[in-house]
Parts: sequence; structure tokens; C-alpha cells
Amino acid sequence: MIETSKIRNFSIIAHIDHGKSTLSDRLIQLCGNVADRDMKAQILDSMDIERERGITIKAQTVRLDYKHTDGLMYQLNLMDTPGHVDFAYEVSRSLAACEGAILVVDASQGVEAQTLANVYTALDGNLEILPVLNKVDLPAADCDRVKQQIEDVIGLDASNAVLVSAKTGLNVKAVLEAVVDRLPPPTGDATQPLKAMLIDSFYDAYLGVVVLVRIKDGVMKKGQQIKLIAGGTNHTIERLGIFRPKQEMLNELGPGEVGFFTAAMKEVAETRVGDTITDLKKPCAEALPGFKPAQPVVFCGLFPVDAADFEQLREAMGKLRLNDASFSFEMESSAALGFGFRCGFLGLLHLEIITERLAREFNLELITTAPSVVYHMYMNDGTMKEMHNPADMPDVVKIDHIEEPWIKATIMVPDDYLGVVLKLCQDRRGRQKDLTYAGARAMVVYELPLNEVVFDFYDKLKSVSRGYASFDYSIIGYEEEDLVKMSILVNSEPVDALSIIVHRSRAESRGRVMCEKLKELIPQHMFVIPVQAAIGGKVIARETIKAMRKDVTAKCYGGDISRKRKLLDKQKEGKKRMRQFGRVDIPQEAFIAALKMED
Amino acid sequence: MPMPPPDPGFGVYVHWPFCAAKCPYCDFNSHVRFGGVDEPRFLAAYLQELANTAALTGPRNVASIFFGGGTPSLMKPQTVGAIIDAIGTAYTISPNAEITLEANPSSVEAERFRGYRSAGVNRVSMGVQSLRDAELKSLGRIHSVAEARAAIETAARTFDRYTFDLIYARPGQTPAQWRKELTEGLALAGSHISLYQLTIEPETPFAVLHAAGKIVVPDQDAALALWDVTHELTEAHGLPLYEISNHAHRGEESRHNLLYWRYGEYAGIGPGAHGRIMTGGTRHATIAERNPEGWLERVESHGHGRTDLTALTPAEEADEMLLMGLRLNEGLDLARLAQVTSRTPSGAALAELTDLKMIEPIGNSRIRATGQGRFVLNAIVAKLSEGLQKT
Repeated sequence: MIETSKIRNFSIIAHIDHGKSTLSDRLIQLCGNVADRDMKAQILDSMDIERERGITIKAQTVRLDYKHTDGLMYQLNLMDTPGHVDFAYEVSRSLAACEGAILVVDASQGVEAQTLANVYTALDGNLEILPVLNKVDLPAADCDRVKQQIEDVIGLDASNAVLVSAKTGLNVKAVLEAVVDRLPPPTGDATQPLKAMLIDSFYDAYLGVVVLVRIKDGVMKKGQQIKLIAGGTNHTIERLGIFRPKQEMLNELGPGEVGFFTAAMKEVAETRVGDTITDLKKPCAEALPGFKPAQPVVFCGLFPVDAADFEQLREAMGKLRLNDASFSFEMESSAALGFGFRCGFLGLLHLEIITERLAREFNLELITTAPSVVYHMYMNDGTMKEMHNPADMPDVVKIDHIEEPWIKATIMVPDDYLGVVLKLCQDRRGRQKDLTYAGARAMVVYELPLNEVVFDFYDKLKSVSRGYASFDYSIIGYEEEDLVKMSILVNSEPVDALSIIVHRSRAESRGRVMCEKLKELIPQHMFVIPVQAAIGGKVIARETIKAMRKDVTAKCYGGDISRKRKLLDKQKEGKKRMRQFGRVDIPQEAFIAALKMED
Repeated sequence: MPMPPPDPGFGVYVHWPFCAAKCPYCDFNSHVRFGGVDEPRFLAAYLQELANTAALTGPRNVASIFFGGGTPSLMKPQTVGAIIDAIGTAYTISPNAEITLEANPSSVEAERFRGYRSAGVNRVSMGVQSLRDAELKSLGRIHSVAEARAAIETAARTFDRYTFDLIYARPGQTPAQWRKELTEGLALAGSHISLYQLTIEPETPFAVLHAAGKIVVPDQDAALALWDVTHELTEAHGLPLYEISNHAHRGEESRHNLLYWRYGEYAGIGPGAHGRIMTGGTRHATIAERNPEGWLERVESHGHGRTDLTALTPAEEADEMLLMGLRLNEGLDLARLAQVTSRTPSGAALAELTDLKMIEPIGNSRIRATGQGRFVLNAIVAKLSEGLQKT
């Protein structure tokens, strides 16, 4: 078993596009784990979506053998962590499996909010941080300014930051040297009972559920009977190994080591990120700190465009859940949209990823309804009900009060855009908590209702700041607010999928915008269509879609009926992609587009 | 209103695909050949395709023949005569058959009118399009208003029946302007006139200009205001509408076009021609190769230029009957729809459209689009088509 002094466990913290994956690839290559011809751009991001969006969804680990200039061989375990606010908990667990982290900062862009959040998580976990400035070869690189910013904003000594270009390979070896020299080795006692942390897990078609672990104390062995403390289940280890990034089987993993095991588990839902794994017969005295069960914070309805695809959708969601226990779903039926599912997600990106995977990997056309947060409804009878679908709103006379979740948002934005960002936060019922400057960038901390953020806040933030603002959030708790259910009536019929929960002070303006949007989105019909927003029985906004008066083709050419028939087929195909409410056909995109706010 | 005959009959459509110039709004199968056209070779091919088609349809009585294009008035009268003769050989031409030829109202072509009459043509349809020289120019037409007037006079002297087309709802056209122009047009009209609102067809020069915002056509409301002028003047002139864009004295409707709208049978001859023919007891759609030379080669090697001979399903037939029949003021006979296609619109769709005053019943089994429904026919047909049920 390798001495812990020869092990370094580290992860890489970076903002999207700052070069985390490229640097990882270089490190792997430099240690000779992958032949040049096998280098696929960004080895670690194995899902298509991960590669395209440049984000990591699942944690992954790679073991590298590195020969240091001191002449000794070191075992380096590189942990690739999820890189988005939605996966903040997963990130915190990945970081908890390391003693150090490389902080990659783009030498021209500087520190971003998301980086900041992860650095703070790392600092909270007492990780040693090694700053690396990337893209130093670019003309816009300004290393001194960015070093200064790292010191100002994070309070980290950046004077000996390693300057690299991951893309060209410049100075990457110095990163490996610094990892050994400057990051601490793990500690652990091989003689103690097994105590390991579950970093993450994923489903593999051949191996079943593959669990990534970090051994804290004791030894994990093939054939060993283990127990998942929070999960409360027992298993026998079938396979044990490491990734290089190819799998390599081993017989045991000792303290400080990172690897994987399989134990005939069928679903990743059986494994909980952050759980403690111990020996069934000789368990450790106490579990590792920091475990939290996954809690969906954003909900939306997913309905198949073609009602006949319902079973296929159920199956597809089941398959995705095999690999993503944080995604939940239950059947829902809507008067407007038919049968579908109410789904819970860790956040907006998570929602987007799941819907995109359903569309892409399972070829499903879906209608996504407006995302909703979880409201706490305190009833007159003293009970509390959780509500995550406006359609489930109880009769208002039975409700004593309603509470909604609030978040703490950290936004980093260049000076030039500070004004518009503050206005955006203010418009979304935000409360400013902090505003500090670091050079030409401001760091703004706001408390905001999640309800106001959940839908298009991030898009809006990006657009008002021309993409320069970065954003991170965490939930801080629930507060009582004056919330009402706003219904939308099309041709005098309520459309359940369009109703939303909204703060009373914002109801009228939201209602007006939604009616205006729907007026644009719903095609003209043969008759006039009123579109109304209402609270209870009271109409608060109204628009009218004029009747279509002319769509006929003047001339019908020389007996070519086939062409007219094809146009008719196309027209009917288009109508099939709409949902019928009474006599009105509403296009699917309207269900989401109507909710976007043009402030 | 006199009821249409139970059997719409059988006709022959002949497509001549060449034009002297291509109009920027036109998306028909028309081609310009500066090097000239080998007319005898094309004639031989027309005759060959005709014989081949007659073998498919079997012997029939031909109630109408229509030479369309392109510009069929670029054909020599002898060519037209030879084709009519060949139709007479392949089929039986009814003694009172309508034989129409589309013509450009230019002086050169008007000189051939007498020749066409001798060849057997008894009706001419002229693409006048406008009675304003500046408008003719912007529509890409190569004739002048004076030439058109002269051609109409020649046609009136030469043929039993004549008609011409005008295009309105042109960019910037006001109701007052149209009133004046149409009044002049009606003074020149015989027993029939076609009045089309300008349509921007995809893949035409006008579509490109339209997309670039360089031509702006009247919107729905403006187009309907122009239609009101059309309606008022044609009614007053005794040329009521019998199809969305066609007006005629009673009994003077285009019999050949009625064949399409009443969903009769027609053989399509020539490049890009479409047909609907019964063969083996089933209605088939035929489509010919569009490229003139490509068509020629096909005919010479295969005996016909068809690229498609497809049996129509009852559902397709029903859609086509809805699309065509509701264009007519006489409407669509639901009993015949059921008899031909075993399908009928759902009661719910009929009730909804009746309730919205988009359609109205006539007699026991006919429906037609109302005055307002006529202009939203695409929506009406889609609704009825969605609700089609087997009888």
C-alpha cells in the first residue's frame, strides 16, 4: 500500500471557459496516461452535453503517476467536479475528498462569481489553494491585474501563481511540480475501521452503478461487506479499481486513495453523495460530517407534445434517473396539456440539462411549463403544505399565509453594467446586502425571492451585462410574502398550465406582459380571442387577438391540387403542434415564452 | 341557383412551358429559351404523351381542353391544331366542348388569334394584369395597355368567348385607384373576368424583394377593402363571383376550371402538367417532369413525361375535394364527398364553423363558405379536414 505522503488529491476550480478541462487533459497527457492519438478533446467531460456546454455534470476522478524532479513517484488523484451553482452540494463533497485545489483563472477575464463560491467552499474545507493563471499567451492577458484581483477578492496570496497556457501546453509541468510541492498529502490510518466518502456515482451499462470513493481511514477490499451509513443499505464489493482515465482493477484501496467500486447496485438512487461507507462487521465510530440529502428546489411540468409518447417519456425519465438521483418526477395531469410529469430539479441548469437530454437522447418533443419553486402554505387549521405547482393552490380562504424561498445571490459585474444589474435585482424584489469593488469590478450581494430568479433572471442578467456578469446563489430560507395565484384566460377559459404564483405588487405588470406576449404568440383565428389575466374572479389585464380576415390563396394553378394539399398537410401538422383550448389553438412554445419578462 | 351536374366530366390540360420573359411574381412552370424552341419535336412529344395517357384512361368524352403555360400563344396555330386533332383521335371531343388558350395580349400574338380559331380554339384567356403602363412595367409584363386593349378587341371579334386576368392588391394600390382601373376593365370585359389579388409566391423575385422590405403588399384589412370594391363593381356589372377570383355571367363560367373545382377528371399533358385521372377504378394523381428538355427526353424514351402516377387515398381525395369545392360559390356537395371518399366532416366542425358564420348550408347536402368565410378558406378547410370521419 502506498504511503500517504506520496499521494496528492486535488481538484480544479474554474469558471466556465477558463480552461479547466483543457488543463486537466494536459495534466493527464503529461503523465503519459493517454496516447496522443487517443486524445479526444476534453477527456473527462464524457457526455455530449458536457462537452458542448463546457460544463461537468458528474464528478470524475483520474489517477496520475507523476515522477517529480526529486526523483520520486507520486500518485496524483485529479477530481473533476461539477461546475455549476445547481450542483453546489456535489461540488462541496468532491472538494471534501481533496486536500488541495488548483484555482484556474483566465488571465484576461479575472475571477468570476462562480469561481468565488467554489473557492470559498474549498477554503471552508481547509483546502490548500494553488492559483494558476491560464491563457497567459493571449494578447489580452494581464497577469499582474488578475493576481492583484485574486488577492483583493479572495484574500489569497497569488504572488507565486503558476502562469500557463493549457492550450499550448506552456508551463503545465510546473503545475504538477507545484501540486506535489505545495499541496499537502492526505492523512489516514490503515489500521482503523474503514471510513470512506461517497463522492458521486454513475450508471454504466456494463458495470451497473459505479461509485466513486475517497478512503479516509482503513482499507477497502474486493469482496468486503460494506454498509452505507445514511443510505442504510449493505453491499458486497464486487469490483474495485481506479480510472486512468481507463478503468484499472485493483484488490484494495488504502487511506488517502481515490477510486471506484461496484456492488451490484441497480440505481444511483441507492447511493447518496456525501454518504459514509464503512465495514459492515467493523463499522467506524461516526460518519463523516457534511452529508445532506439532495433536495429539489425547482419544479416544472414536462408533457409530451404527442400524447402517444407518454409511456416513452416515462421510460426515458426512468433511464435518466438511473444515473441522476437528484432528479425526481411524478405523474401529473393538466386540463391543458394532458398527461405528463411534475419534475423536481436541483436548479435551472439541471432542469435544462434534463430536458435537453430527453429531447436529444430519447428524441422526445416536450412542452415544458413554467418553473416553480416550493411554496410553504400555512393553512388555517395549523398544517403546512408544500406546493410546487400553481395548479395545486388550495382555496385562498383556507390559507393563513404563504412563505416562499429566498436566496442569497452573489453577482460579479464590471463597473459599466453595475447600474443595470442593480436595477434588475431591485425589479425582482431584491434586497441589497453588500456592494464592494475590486478594481473595475463590483461584487454585489442581494437577497432575492427564488421565485423571481427561477425563470429568466440568469438570461436577463447575461443580456443586460452583455455576458460579463457572473452569478451564484444559495438558498437562505423561507419568508412570508403576499403571494397570489394569477390565472390566464384564453377566450374566457382558464389555461391551467399558464397560471403562476406571483407577488401581489407584481401581479398587474406580469399579467400585462403575459397577455401582450400571448397576443403575439397565439396565431389569429377565425374569431376574436380575448386574453385575460385574473386573480380570483378579478381581471387585471386584457388583450385582444383580432380575427383573421384573409388567408386564402387567390390563384389555383393549372390543376396542381397536390401542392395545395401539401400546404394543407403542413398547416395541419402545425396545428398538431399546438394545444387546443376550447376553440383556440395555442402553440407549445407559448407556454414558456409567455412567461419571459421584458423588463 | 342551378345545381351543378352530378358528373363534373373529363378534360385535357396542355402545358406549354415557354415564355418570352419571366414575370417576377410568377411561380408557374415557365422557362425562357433565347435560342428558340424546337416546336415540331415538342409537338411530336405532346402527341406521344397524349396517346400514352389515353391508354391509361380509356376512351372518354372530352368536355374541355385548356392550353395553359407558360405562354401557349407563343405556339404556332398549326401546333395547337395538331394537338386538338390528336385529342380528337385519342378521345371523343364533345360537340360543344370548351377549348381555351391562354394568350399574352401583345400585338404579335393577337395576329395569330384567327389561326387559333381555325385550329379549333373557341375561348381565349388573356393575361392583361393591369390597365396602367407603369404597373405593367413593375409586374415585369412586356406588353403595353394600348396593346392589351387592341388584343381584347381582336379577341372579342375572333372568338365566341374571351376572358382576361387583372392582378390587384398591388403594392401601394388604393381602393380609389382600383375602382377606376376595374371600371375600365369591366368596360372591356365580355362574359368572364378573373381578378386575382397579388400573392407573393416563394422562390420568386417578388419574394426576395418582399423579404427585403422593398415591396410591401396590402395587409389583410387593406386587401379586403380592395375586395369590397371588386365585389361592388362586378355585381353591378352583372359579373358575379362564382369562384374566389373568378366572375362570369350565369352559364359563362370557365368549364375547364370548374372541372378542377368540382373535382372532375383531367389528363395533364406537357412539362410539369398535373392530372387527376381514374385508372383501374382508382383516382390517380399524375405529375410530369418540369424541365422542358428533361420532359422531352423522357417522352422520347418512355412514351410519357410522368414522374409520378400515384393512387390517391380516400383521405387525400377528401382533402382535395374540400380544398377545391369550397372555392366555389355553389359550394361542395357533402353527399358526393361521401360517395367518392366515404368521408364526411365531423358534426362538431360543421357546427362550429356554422356558428362562426364561416360556412352555410345550401339545400340538403351542400355547404359553402360565407362572404367572410371565403377569405379564410385555408383555416376552414384545415378545420373540416381535421374532423373528417369515415361514413
